[in-house]
Amino acid sequence: MAYSNSLMLKGNEAVIHGALIAGCDCYFGYPITPASEVAHSAAKLFPMLNRVFLQAESEIGAINMVMGAAAAGKRTMTASSGLGISLKQEGVSYIAALELPVVIVDITRGGPGLGNIGPEQSDYFQVTKGGGHGSYRCLVLTPNSVQEMCDMARTAFDLAEKYRMPCYIMADGVIGQMMESVRLPEPEDRPYDPEWKMGKVVDGKANIVTSIYLEHNDLEAINHKLQAKYAEVVANEQRSEELYTEDAELVIVAYGICSRVAAGAIEQLRAEGYKVGMLRPQMVWPFPSDALMKIATNGKCKGFMSLELSAGQMIEDVRLAIECKKPVHLYNRMGGNVPSCDEVVEAAKKVLKEI
Amino acid sequence: MSEKIKFGRSPVFFDPFERRPGPIKKNMHYCPGCGHGILHKLVAEAIDYHGIQGKTMFMVPVGCAVFAYYYFNVGAISVPHGRAPAVGTGVARAVPDSYVISYQGDGDLAAIGFNEFLQAANRGEKISIFFVNNSNYGMTGGQMAPTTLPGQKTATTPFGRNVLTDGFPVHVAEMVNTLTAPIYIERVALTSTARIMNAKKAVFKAIENLKNRKGFSFVEVLAPCPVNLKMTADQINDFIENQMIPEFPLGCIRDRSAEVENGTVPPAPAHDVESVKKVLFPPALEDAGSVKENTSEIFNRELRVKMAGFGGQGILSLGITLANMARLRNFNVSWMPSYGPEQRGGAASCAVIVSRNRIPSPMISKDCDLLIATTQTALDKYIGELKEDGILIYDNTAVTLPELPAAMTKVGVDAVGIATRDVGSPKFVNSVLIGVLSVVLEQQGLLNAEDQADFEQAFTAAVREKFGKKPGAVESNAQAFAAGRQGLSK
Amino acid sequence: MAAKKFRVQIAFDECKGCGRCLKACPKKLLAVGSALNKQGYLAITAENPELCIGCGSCFYQCPEPGAITIVEITE
Repeated sequence: MAYSNSLMLKGNEAVIHGALIAGCDCYFGYPITPASEVAHSAAKLFPMLNRVFLQAESEIGAINMVMGAAAAGKRTMTASSGLGISLKQEGVSYIAALELPVVIVDITRGGPGLGNIGPEQSDYFQVTKGGGHGSYRCLVLTPNSVQEMCDMARTAFDLAEKYRMPCYIMADGVIGQMMESVRLPEPEDRPYDPEWKMGKVVDGKANIVTSIYLEHNDLEAINHKLQAKYAEVVANEQRSEELYTEDAELVIVAYGICSRVAAGAIEQLRAEGYKVGMLRPQMVWPFPSDALMKIATNGKCKGFMSLELSAGQMIEDVRLAIECKKPVHLYNRMGGNVPSCDEVVEAAKKVLKEI
Repeated sequence: MSEKIKFGRSPVFFDPFERRPGPIKKNMHYCPGCGHGILHKLVAEAIDYHGIQGKTMFMVPVGCAVFAYYYFNVGAISVPHGRAPAVGTGVARAVPDSYVISYQGDGDLAAIGFNEFLQAANRGEKISIFFVNNSNYGMTGGQMAPTTLPGQKTATTPFGRNVLTDGFPVHVAEMVNTLTAPIYIERVALTSTARIMNAKKAVFKAIENLKNRKGFSFVEVLAPCPVNLKMTADQINDFIENQMIPEFPLGCIRDRSAEVENGTVPPAPAHDVESVKKVLFPPALEDAGSVKENTSEIFNRELRVKMAGFGGQGILSLGITLANMARLRNFNVSWMPSYGPEQRGGAASCAVIVSRNRIPSPMISKDCDLLIATTQTALDKYIGELKEDGILIYDNTAVTLPELPAAMTKVGVDAVGIATRDVGSPKFVNSVLIGVLSVVLEQQGLLNAEDQADFEQAFTAAVREKFGKKPGAVESNAQAFAAGRQGLSK
Repeated sequence: MAAKKFRVQIAFDECKGCGRCLKACPKKLLAVGSALNKQGYLAITAENPELCIGCGSCFYQCPEPGAITIVEITE
């Protein structure tokens, strides 16, 4: 049979297509706007491949089901948004401690509290800084197109499995809800049967998966081991894309929908003769600190503008990345508002005057 | 003379307990006289008897049994407090040929994890749960549990549990019995040897059900906690017999194991390339028409279209059809809906942007080239976004135009009427509107003759891709397109 | 048919002295000992372990996995 690989998909649907192509076995989730189509798509497609879809009783239920499936050595994922991700944090801490590969899709919405369903990027802190109790990290991919929603599902499983840690795919409501043309990657054989999985008998003993270490020295050693792994991730996995950064006096740092608005704004600014560029983090943990530091010290860059749909969360990482060598300004919208290209053009011009 | 062990250490237990830190490798960590050890032995014996050790997955709870994996040589995971039935669900679903046991105390199961527990029971997960009810929180030092008796003193009820402020004991087995899915529910007690033998039968039945994949089995075990309750072995047995059992009556509450057929393991997940493609990849369209580089000048920049009307009118799918037409001609295209509560009844709108280049933002708040509005509300809300020389297509039976710039092209059409009269249903209004659009583009000189033919072919391809298996729907949409063209040409 | 006899064995250092087995024994073979074991408990002892009838009552009452073993002796 001849197939086409081109189709129109929502970001929320594309991530499921990508996950199935990446070999995901199980989906456990709870509906929430604007992430619900992830579950809708999974509910339809997973059973068609004899894979597991289950609507959990809550986000807490879902993350724990994911924990069980991952511990049992299966590729598994869940999805939610904002407040739902807050509910999952207990489980994410355990998953990080248990060193289980798990993919979590976060289609971000407005907060705090019930907030609204509009696109914000205010889950940044809770996904990049740990989110739950304990010193742990999660990988965080930040797609800005429907194609990347599809492609990054595979990347997410690869990274999660390589480092045995949770990997978020964090996209705002716009990226989740919009449709774009997608080219599906060619499926391939991706066997997965980890040695460490629960119940596998090694030297006469069935594997266990646990995160309790009563001896202080034991737990300290576990923490050192996790931190060493995170250092390796920081050294090897920073991902970003640059636009006109070679000669830019002002570099906008933006991810998700903001990076697309910024791209439009930068074309306008360039047409008017302004030297503005962009660094788009494709992952926000690890944060592309090396690329930012390189820009900050290239002799051309006079300052940065963090463009965010939050009160200014990523801006802290921008400042840390460049060790405050250049001024970092914030242009942000909240409450579900997304700035127009014109707004960003004006904001950039203002910052250019100040730096 | 020969000797054999009639009752002794179960082979399901490690010997010694190497995973237990510290010098003690033969004993469990439980307090003297604790019911957990008694129940562990029964569970181990049942696992051994039914031969499921190799595929058993033990959900190790938070509570006194948090180190159960020191003892059982089976797969195990230490789970967050109360979440054992959810984690167990994940394991049982992901690895359906495994045997999942959840072992939980009264704080874990009946307080912090009651929802996870009841929901797993209600789904009829093929797992067996052993619930240790010892009327208090053991691990944290004897605080009140949901199962603490009225008047019972604990660390957090120093004057006795006051039912007016602390509520009454929770009867878990009876609550499970209100659900349809569970197949086996029994409450037992670990006091006299006769009671322990009954408990053994219940544990064996729950494990047998697990082995036969019958469904959800639940055994509540009234268990001694003599150290926290500051009692001797005799006193704790008396407490259970004379105070707990009257509150929590013993016996089999439900047993449908005989009526329920043995379960089967579902087929393995499909991962082969052909299966994946068959499910995810659309069939190739043989006659989708040209995929040549489209040279129409209008696409040298973004073409920005907004459609708005009310929910259920087909506004969103109108946008999707247009977007698919552009995709089939290798343009970059984005479609962005208004989403959330407003899509469920009330207003609906979406934005479609078509371009040869990368599309920055998929949202339209100004510089719209084309607005299709089917209600007055939609027109009033979005007309300000339309360029002064933009094109407006509106339903002239529903919309009264305000004063608009002269340079604007305004095309009124009774789209719903055409769909209803000429095609037989208002649900074809979106295809009527695309037919109308094709004429408008032609009239504006935006589509030459060749492009016009291609536009129609792309429309047909998009519709066929969507309704491939429903030839009737393909035909009706083609009819609607033609009716739209004709309706405007008139 | 060969006569069956039983012997109850208490692993001295594995007993926590909870006393659950004492009343459970129909032959009253078990008693609280007088010596502390390695764990610091007054372990239970069996004075006439060969009088055991092999009912298993003490084994099932005992919370420890291997503190009590009942051996079946076939002559």
